[in-house]
Amino acid sequence: MKDQMLIDIVMDLTSISGISGHESAAVEKAAVYFNRYCDEIKLDRFGNLVALKKADRDAEKKFTLALVAHIDEIGAVVTKIEPGGFLRFAPVGGIDPRVLPGQAVVVHGKSNYDGVIGATAPHLLTEKERNKTVPIDRLFIDTGHSYNYVFDHIKVGDPISLSRKTCYMKEGKMLTGKALDNRAGMSSLILCAAELTGLHHQVDICFIASLQEEVGLRGAITAAYGLNPDLAVAVDVTHGDLSGVDEQHTFRLGQGPVIAVGPNFHPVLSEHLQDIAKEYNISRQVEAIPGNSHTDAWAIQVSREGIPTGLVSIPLRYMHSTVEMVAVADLVSAGRLLAWLASGMKSAFIGRLKGC
Amino acid sequence: MLKQLSNLDGISGREDLVRSHLLECLKDTPHEITVDSMGNLLVKKGKTISEQLMLSAHMDEVGLTITAIDKKGMLKFCPVGGIDTRILPGLRVRFGADRMPGVIGVKPIHLQKKNEQQKPFDPETLYIDAGFSSEEEACRWANVGDYVAFDVDCISIGTDCYRGKAFDNRAGCMILLKLLLEDNKLNFCAAFTVQEEVGTRGALIAAYNLKPHFALVVETTAAADTPDNEKKVAGTVLGAGPAISIMDRSIMVSPQARGNLVALAEKQSLPFQFRRFTGAGTEGGAIAHSGEGVETAVVSVPCRYIHSPNSIISMWDINNTLNLARAWLEKHQ
Repeated sequence: MKDQMLIDIVMDLTSISGISGHESAAVEKAAVYFNRYCDEIKLDRFGNLVALKKADRDAEKKFTLALVAHIDEIGAVVTKIEPGGFLRFAPVGGIDPRVLPGQAVVVHGKSNYDGVIGATAPHLLTEKERNKTVPIDRLFIDTGHSYNYVFDHIKVGDPISLSRKTCYMKEGKMLTGKALDNRAGMSSLILCAAELTGLHHQVDICFIASLQEEVGLRGAITAAYGLNPDLAVAVDVTHGDLSGVDEQHTFRLGQGPVIAVGPNFHPVLSEHLQDIAKEYNISRQVEAIPGNSHTDAWAIQVSREGIPTGLVSIPLRYMHSTVEMVAVADLVSAGRLLAWLASGMKSAFIGRLKGC
Repeated sequence: MLKQLSNLDGISGREDLVRSHLLECLKDTPHEITVDSMGNLLVKKGKTISEQLMLSAHMDEVGLTITAIDKKGMLKFCPVGGIDTRILPGLRVRFGADRMPGVIGVKPIHLQKKNEQQKPFDPETLYIDAGFSSEEEACRWANVGDYVAFDVDCISIGTDCYRGKAFDNRAGCMILLKLLLEDNKLNFCAAFTVQEEVGTRGALIAAYNLKPHFALVVETTAAADTPDNEKKVAGTVLGAGPAISIMDRSIMVSPQARGNLVALAEKQSLPFQFRRFTGAGTEGGAIAHSGEGVETAVVSVPCRYIHSPNSIISMWDINNTLNLARAWLEKHQ
């Protein structure tokens, strides 16, 4: 797959909103791509997308490798309609209220309504007000509609997504936009599926677009139970390098995917991922996570009798804002790394991990 | 017309794109057009009348300028004009002649310490990230002094409203432009001015050059009809028509000038409200105090969230402000 094709996929996936609990349109969009490269596609009872790419016919034993990326994004829900038609809202997922004033949003009511999170004009502010953060429950959304119109078309509980079209930076080497957490990881998964159409693989590969990660890894819990894979790798984003943050917590954009090590991950699998990167000359970085990785990997690892799990992350700056930023090269490398992992996966290796 | 004007970048001191666009719109008119040394665009329509009329609207908008490029290739900046720096985190911007995209990102919520969110980000610590990986690379694309504008597209929204940047004061520019392009017999001078946001600089020399007897400033002003706003009573309301000024930081509008506007609105059954908010300055002062003094009135289109990338303005308000400005011109012919 050419880089431009991957960029187009990222653009396409990020153009659809899918806040946690309201992912169906985003899932549908992802399904279009997986359909091209996979043999079977279905939704589980919870709504996770499960796309199966079957092993070569001569595979000696049936094993399944799950590659999991969450498809949901942070957002908000309407909590109250104020006089004047202004909307109060509550966050879905972790949002810093300081990145919200002045941001464009879409309210998904009877139809989609563009709006803005109001930011009082500086002319009307006192010095004291300027030095205070407006807490999230005092922020409001303005759709430009009257109270009566809003009352008829928007309900308490309707989802709200941040609105921002993804755009190129640095002549296409970087991308910036919203929901790159985790449509970036999803794009790498699609790239992996595309690469695998030209490669042999001895195990079944299952691509999972999981729901509700941002509110507590909920989709991964049911998906891992339902599919019961022999091995799983979660694909998500991690923090990119930025000024004012200690380098030990961040990873350089453009320096390759990040392989996680720590108690959340099977050590042999983590090492294997690093070996593959070395073998195929893929530049990579290593992240030591001392406990909860706050990714789908955390839920998958303890599903049923336990599933050996790994994590590949894409460095991303300014997470959970509308100006998230990734390097295209990292998305490509992550997709290729996963494809080499999948195509080289041997029954004996899985047996070793499972201790059987 | 508003969408086009809003999408042009014209930070105070670099209004070229707005001016060229206006010149292009006016090129088939018989009007006498001049551009002065600061960049004000002065358009004389019709014949010279004994009591010269001046309409003024500023072309510039608030934004940022690049002040330094650091070792990591990040761009430090300073606001141009009045901006609440709390709206900057999470913005996408475009800078320089090539309008390169950049973002103002901040430390993600996951890496923050407890209680960090109670204090706004220190504006001194903010920077623009355009994806450059070194100072050397950044210097190839960005220069100290480059102007930075909010990167948004104007869209129509709600009931007869628009969302976008720079309505302050492209709405005023649009009203003047319409009066210059429509088929009317009115004689007046229109001044599209520069550098209002940094101290009504352009209007000073425009008024000196035109030496009007009567002036009307067509502006955009803050609407305060939003929740929790303590100054709600003292502000303007979106969708309630043009706001007539009583006073602001720059001018005491004479009862005569103000009364004329009110009488005209009442006579023609045009909606209007008073700009009950008396802070912030307009070009009114610069014009009223030029020469031996000029009778100056100020009328504004209310606009929510002005000086932010996503402000909201009502086309109904704009059209009624246009009607009131036209009535003012007719009265003084």
